[in-house]
Amino acid sequence: MTSPSTEPKAHSHGLGEIPFSKLATHGSFDVNDFPVPNGREEEWRFTPLRRLKGLHDFKGEADGVDRLDVDAPEGVTVEKVGRDDERLRTAGLPADRVTAQAHSAFEEATVLTVAKGTALERPVTIERQAQGGTRFDQYLIELEPMAEAVVVLKQTGTGVRAGNLDLHVGEGARLTLVSVQDWEQDAVDVTQHNAQVEKDGTFKSIVVTLGGDLVRLSPKVAYKDRGANAELHGLYFTGDGQHHEHRSLIDHNLSSTRSRVEYKGALSGKDAHAVWIGDVIIGEGTSGTDSYELNRNLQLTDDTRVDSVPNLEIFTGEVEGAGHASASGRLDDIHLFYLRSRGIPEEEARRLVIRGYFLELINRIPIEELRDEIMGKVEQKLASHE
Amino acid sequence: MTKFEIRGLRADVLIGEDERQEILKGVDLTVNSGETHAIMGPNGSGKSTLAYAIAGHPRYEITEGEVLIDGENVLDMEVDERARAGVFLAMQYPVEVPGVSMSNFLRSSVTAVRGEAPKLRQFSKELQGAMKNLSIDSGFAARGVNEGFSGGEKKRHEILQLELLKPKVAILDETDSGLDVDALKIVSEGINRSKETHQMGTMLITHYTRILNHVKPDFVHVFAGGRIAESGGPDLADTLESEGYERFVKAGA
Repeated sequence: MTSPSTEPKAHSHGLGEIPFSKLATHGSFDVNDFPVPNGREEEWRFTPLRRLKGLHDFKGEADGVDRLDVDAPEGVTVEKVGRDDERLRTAGLPADRVTAQAHSAFEEATVLTVAKGTALERPVTIERQAQGGTRFDQYLIELEPMAEAVVVLKQTGTGVRAGNLDLHVGEGARLTLVSVQDWEQDAVDVTQHNAQVEKDGTFKSIVVTLGGDLVRLSPKVAYKDRGANAELHGLYFTGDGQHHEHRSLIDHNLSSTRSRVEYKGALSGKDAHAVWIGDVIIGEGTSGTDSYELNRNLQLTDDTRVDSVPNLEIFTGEVEGAGHASASGRLDDIHLFYLRSRGIPEEEARRLVIRGYFLELINRIPIEELRDEIMGKVEQKLASHE
Repeated sequence: MTKFEIRGLRADVLIGEDERQEILKGVDLTVNSGETHAIMGPNGSGKSTLAYAIAGHPRYEITEGEVLIDGENVLDMEVDERARAGVFLAMQYPVEVPGVSMSNFLRSSVTAVRGEAPKLRQFSKELQGAMKNLSIDSGFAARGVNEGFSGGEKKRHEILQLELLKPKVAILDETDSGLDVDALKIVSEGINRSKETHQMGTMLITHYTRILNHVKPDFVHVFAGGRIAESGGPDLADTLESEGYERFVKAGA
């Protein structure tokens, strides 16, 4: 009676169904290697294609403009590079037609490099304001060996955007990426994160998705050597008519690697739709993989929809840990009863519980002002849905 | 001077969609300011249901009767209004609310019940003092509400809330269960402070007479079969201690 209703429950797996193998997922830099999706494909079946505003079968002109402000401390090199820069083809392949389209069509890429052994004294902030139109982007954040950095990407404004953000975490380096999708209501954003983590490197990502009409974000992690570690955290608040889709893919292709995936969302309002796909592959012949993934959804109103699909594929017997959990539910009326029995009015009790639900996740953001800002935005969104 | 009256109260526990079971079968009890009523009875007699039904727990539904505080029907009030009207329930199994800090929760609660936000410095001093009285480490203020607390720690925090909210009437549901001798003493002192400082009326629900050595009852009631089966003075507790509830269980069955 005291456990929250969205607490993951133990469950058994039937043997009747053989899951779709993510190993079959191919990638390519070339858009023409992908057929135009019709919506029935495994990777597209949750995404409302007509709301992609043509991204999946792009024929027009990429006419969009972004305003980009990069605030980087000493030790960071910021470059604009052309398509021919070799570094842009090292971090992994786009996994679907839209991100391949972005890679095929971007004109100029932004590359941030943190020099070897440099621990940045303050975070790098990239403010990206989309100013309408359609645009394809390519970013690369490169941490050389033993570098340490926090990078905050704040995205606002409107437009139709598709892109790839490549992240290369060098040996022993530590990168924390905070990506905030605070788009205006009609924006479309389809982005893939390609992280490659070298020996003993740590990649942490914290994704905060609040805005947009359709956001489809696919964080992908591959390991280049032993001891590499990745933590993917995500928070989303999906309101009326919004589609927020997060698809993580962690490929434990080498031994002694670690991953954690933790995504938590709240949904409120008519046709709010959240999708979480958590793919974890533990490769053949590997040993000592430690992985766990979790997704929780708080459905604040009845007219919302959640699709939550954890998907583990294990091809070895030598696993240190591999777990997954997924649960969706409403606010626990016993939590509310307890707070209200102490005189706290219902609305405030709801606010306290929801705030509490997100707090642990928000506290993973290593910058206090940003934590406050995001909690403020969550509360604002909450208030607008009451 | 507050008068708290329970009149002809009947209530069901809601088990499933269409399943319910009557637990309270006509309860009558009057508690005046400063009085302490021990409600004793065998397990399953409906003591806790009485407490939860009065507080407005969503798993219970009142089917008949009324509960009045100074003539106002508590049952017409929302759960939070009941608390603001001066009714407090110390729960047998306090709820864990992850991510909501104890200090934030207490401040919200005190603000709601007192009708104005206490000054931050003043409140922090008051809270620290109240925690110290109950031998609660100050570190608990930063933790989630009851999150990972032991049974005894939860009970102390229920009494902490009692002392901060200063209710007119408190229903203490097996506050003594699961406490060792030292903790029982600390918790009892807290209850006694509330009785002395603001003449709190108290319904002390318990299975055992142990707590009655620390919190002296004015009246003792035996609760069996969903109603009060017998009432008496403090000496009734002694009789129950030596004879047990067998007589009432049989009578109820």
